Amino acid sequence: MSETVIKCESVYKIFGENAKKMLEESNGNVDAKTFQEKGCIVGVNNASFEVAKGEMLVVMGLSGSGKSTLLRCISRLTDATGGKIFIEGQDLLELNNKELIELRRSKMGMVFQSFALLPHKTVVENIAFPLQIKGTKTEESINRAMEMVKLVGLDGRENYFPRELSGGQQQRVGIARSLAVEPDIWFLDEPFSALDPLIRKEMQDEFLRLQEKLQKTIMFITHDFDEALKLADRIAIMKDGIIEQLDTPANIVLNPATEYVRKFTEEVPREKVLIIEDVMDASSKDNLGDLKVSKDEIIENVAEKILTQEKIVAVVDSENNIVGSIKPSKIIDTVFGGRKNGS
Amino acid sequence: MEYLKKYPKLFQWLFLLIVFFALCFAIDVPETYKFIRGQAEFVKDPNQSVYFFLGKEVRYYAFDVFWRLPPLLGWLPIWINDSLFFLMNEWMPMEFWNEDTQEFKTRPILLQISRNLTAFMTFLIELIREILLGGLETIVAFTSWDFIDAYPWLELPGLPWTIVAAGAAILSYKLSGKGLALFAGLTMIYISIFGQWKPSMQTLSFILVAAPLSFIFGLGLGIAAYKSKRVEKALYPILLVMQTMPQYAVLVPALVLFGVGDHAAVIITMVVAVPPMILLTILGLRAIPPEVIEAGRMSGCTNWQLMLKVLIPTARRDILIGVNQVIMVCFSMAVISAFIGAKGLGFNLLLALNQLNIGLALEAGLCISLIAILLDKMSLAWANKQTDYFGNLTFFQRNKNVIFFAASFVIGIILAYVGTFIFKGSFNYLFEIPHNKGISTADFWNKGVDWIFDTFFVYIKAFNTWLIQDVLQPMRALYLRMPAVATLVLAVGAGYLIGGIRSALVVAALTLFIALSPWWDRALVTLYMATFGVVISCLIGFTVGTLCFQNKKSAAFMLGVCDIFQTFPSFVYLIPVMMLFGITDTSVLIAVIVYATIPATRYTIEGLRSVPVGLHEAATMSGVNKLQRLTKIEFPLAFPHMMLGLNQTIVFALFMVIIGAFIGTEDLGQYILKALSDKNGAGIGLTLGICVAFIGLIFDNLIRTWVEKRKKHLGIA
Repeated sequence: MSETVIKCESVYKIFGENAKKMLEESNGNVDAKTFQEKGCIVGVNNASFEVAKGEMLVVMGLSGSGKSTLLRCISRLTDATGGKIFIEGQDLLELNNKELIELRRSKMGMVFQSFALLPHKTVVENIAFPLQIKGTKTEESINRAMEMVKLVGLDGRENYFPRELSGGQQQRVGIARSLAVEPDIWFLDEPFSALDPLIRKEMQDEFLRLQEKLQKTIMFITHDFDEALKLADRIAIMKDGIIEQLDTPANIVLNPATEYVRKFTEEVPREKVLIIEDVMDASSKDNLGDLKVSKDEIIENVAEKILTQEKIVAVVDSENNIVGSIKPSKIIDTVFGGRKNGS
Repeated sequence: MEYLKKYPKLFQWLFLLIVFFALCFAIDVPETYKFIRGQAEFVKDPNQSVYFFLGKEVRYYAFDVFWRLPPLLGWLPIWINDSLFFLMNEWMPMEFWNEDTQEFKTRPILLQISRNLTAFMTFLIELIREILLGGLETIVAFTSWDFIDAYPWLELPGLPWTIVAAGAAILSYKLSGKGLALFAGLTMIYISIFGQWKPSMQTLSFILVAAPLSFIFGLGLGIAAYKSKRVEKALYPILLVMQTMPQYAVLVPALVLFGVGDHAAVIITMVVAVPPMILLTILGLRAIPPEVIEAGRMSGCTNWQLMLKVLIPTARRDILIGVNQVIMVCFSMAVISAFIGAKGLGFNLLLALNQLNIGLALEAGLCISLIAILLDKMSLAWANKQTDYFGNLTFFQRNKNVIFFAASFVIGIILAYVGTFIFKGSFNYLFEIPHNKGISTADFWNKGVDWIFDTFFVYIKAFNTWLIQDVLQPMRALYLRMPAVATLVLAVGAGYLIGGIRSALVVAALTLFIALSPWWDRALVTLYMATFGVVISCLIGFTVGTLCFQNKKSAAFMLGVCDIFQTFPSFVYLIPVMMLFGITDTSVLIAVIVYATIPATRYTIEGLRSVPVGLHEAATMSGVNKLQRLTKIEFPLAFPHMMLGLNQTIVFALFMVIIGAFIGTEDLGQYILKALSDKNGAGIGLTLGICVAFIGLIFDNLIRTWVEKRKKHLGIA
């Protein structure tokens, strides 16, 4: 992997009065129940992971699982109780207030579930807000903000107030605002959860388009497993503050680490998540038919083609070298069979 | 036994009542007892007992402890007085430079601070007053009398009334629209042609000084409390007491600290107006969604940027509602402050009432009411106004209000100048209409009052006699018949049954304070008047509210009426009742009832309105008729909110009872009035105020605790 941007080492966040002391006494073995009896609530429990440059890590979990808390620890909106967090090698928890503000002004952007727009500012003023806070000249910041308005497709509405916009449009403003300072790291806290399903899909596509162009390092929080599968490079599944599994979408669907993760994957249509490489037979390359499919193709897109073949289908990589094979029956297996045994 | 298990609470209450009445009957009235005008009177009486505490002599009439507790807190007012005196006259003397005599002079520091503060306030008031009315005090403050003698044209001419009227109309137009602009213009014209211009502007200048200062302090303290738990905890009890303390009572200590006049009134107004501003600031800042704050932080705001650019603008509406509250409190204080010599409408009103010139009082009262409504509507419109985008407007569109005002300014001055030619030798009506040269309908009203008296005297008198002899006197006797111990048991028991041990302790502490103060009897009289008012107010309020609720339009209308009535300073209510009933307890009680019915009605309608629509539909689908819906669904659900209305009703009633002392009653209020003219009054006034505040707080605590529990129980918390 390329350069690490975010690195967490055994991060804990425990709410309560004597949280720090209790954490030290527990030697890292935090049990939510015993803590709760003593009046402390465990938000994040021993989270360790890294996010590489340009990678999108989606943190998935139900409400109360600690996913938002984890994000707020990394953006230091709350201070972690224990552990270490590094942003581009800088120890986040060691920064003083001034350095922290500087870091946020230059490197971080964040999008919020409820949009969190300033009600007294217009669209373009909202977007220019982080720039103006930084001390950028008004004209320059407005010009930059206008670019962002165009980027998120709100041209013509730049002088509207948030109250005059729909939910989807408001979140576009939120996204534009978070991108205005050209941050390297982009935090998104359930950005699409408050939107209608149709708008949500539209916004997800828009988001993917943006990310393709911008290549930011992203931490994306969601409670929607489908959304996680659709967007993520890697997914971290959280429950009760603990990261149950952190892996690529395919691996999570194919090899759920715990019972809890398996329950999520059960209903997932595999053909939409898995690519040919995940299910191909890499060892046998004989008796191949004429059809060749790319190993990076999502199964759903090529299933019909493969199923109409009688022979085994060849799988090729991007340089057109054969790297494996796949039988039509394997496709049927994956689509209909795999769910029962759950492996 | 079965019933006991089914309704345990009911039996607990019954038990409490039985104990209470048993105590009442068991403890006899001492033969020597008579309604005392106050324990610890300063007049010496051989029947009195004496004790010494902290070197203070406290005299009181001793009774059986069960009947009346001895006034163990009797030293408190004396002690407060002496402390104040000591602080003002002896504490920390320091050398201060005296500008007039050009030498150093030794003065206690507090006195010096008070003098400086007074001078500053006086200057501010004078400045604004002279802008509105003209004068030369402000200029003298910067120069000298000699300078003014040399350049007499320097005297500020004051604004012609036409300009102020136009200004008010334009501002109203900008804030709200044509309707309010018209109202503002008409109000100003009314004020002017009825010759109330000068006192109105005096009152206005008072508000223009007191309101911004209160706003700044309130906002600052509110922010401090929002930022620090410790500050909030320190402020909370003060805020609580100030909310139930009659405004009237704080006048007395102000008198001692700052003397008589507008400046003292401004300072004391701030004391009263700051608490609601603090509360609303905290409320507004708390209501900001946490994500907005996080968004501000993630944008890289420093703490200051966060406060100025994110928090305050986002909480704008609540803060401006606070401004509205501040203005209204300032206005009602401006009227009441007449008691400590503030000039303006309140002074005229007080004077007219003192002379029993109902007509004049009515005119001043109407003027006060109109200004109150105008100020209320304007500040509310400001709060509710949303910012508009103006980048794409032309220069004229953007600044048209300023241009219009500038134009009317010029026209006003020209008119005033022209006026000097038209009204040669007499008064320039286009500049300012003097107090006694305006139109007056006072005679008409006075004759009307006389006519009413002549025509209905018999009936009014009969009603009056009946009410006082057959209702009020027995009720008062009953209240006074309650032994102190029985009352305590009742209060504490109620506290325990409603809110457990915590409530019981709070109520016990509050009740004990009153019982141990020298004014227990008077507190009982206050309570009886308040009770009488509250019961009738609630009956009227709940009935009217329920009836109006049946129809959307009438409900909205009624709420509007409540809004308007609530803006009137409580003092105004005394005018019409005095007109009809003269100076009797009946007048006070009717004023109390009118005033206290406002919250009862309002909360009833609001409570009934807050019943979820879904429940209405569910009920309708279950086939209930209107009456069933009202009794089975709407009342039970709206009841907690209606109880909050009861809480407000009690506070309103207490305020009015205290103000009613002006007409002449035998409750705590009368003593506050008396304390105003007593040089040792500060301690008494303050202690009395606290007593009234505590009566309010006892009910406040009980009702709030009950409502919270009930709401939780119903799941509508």
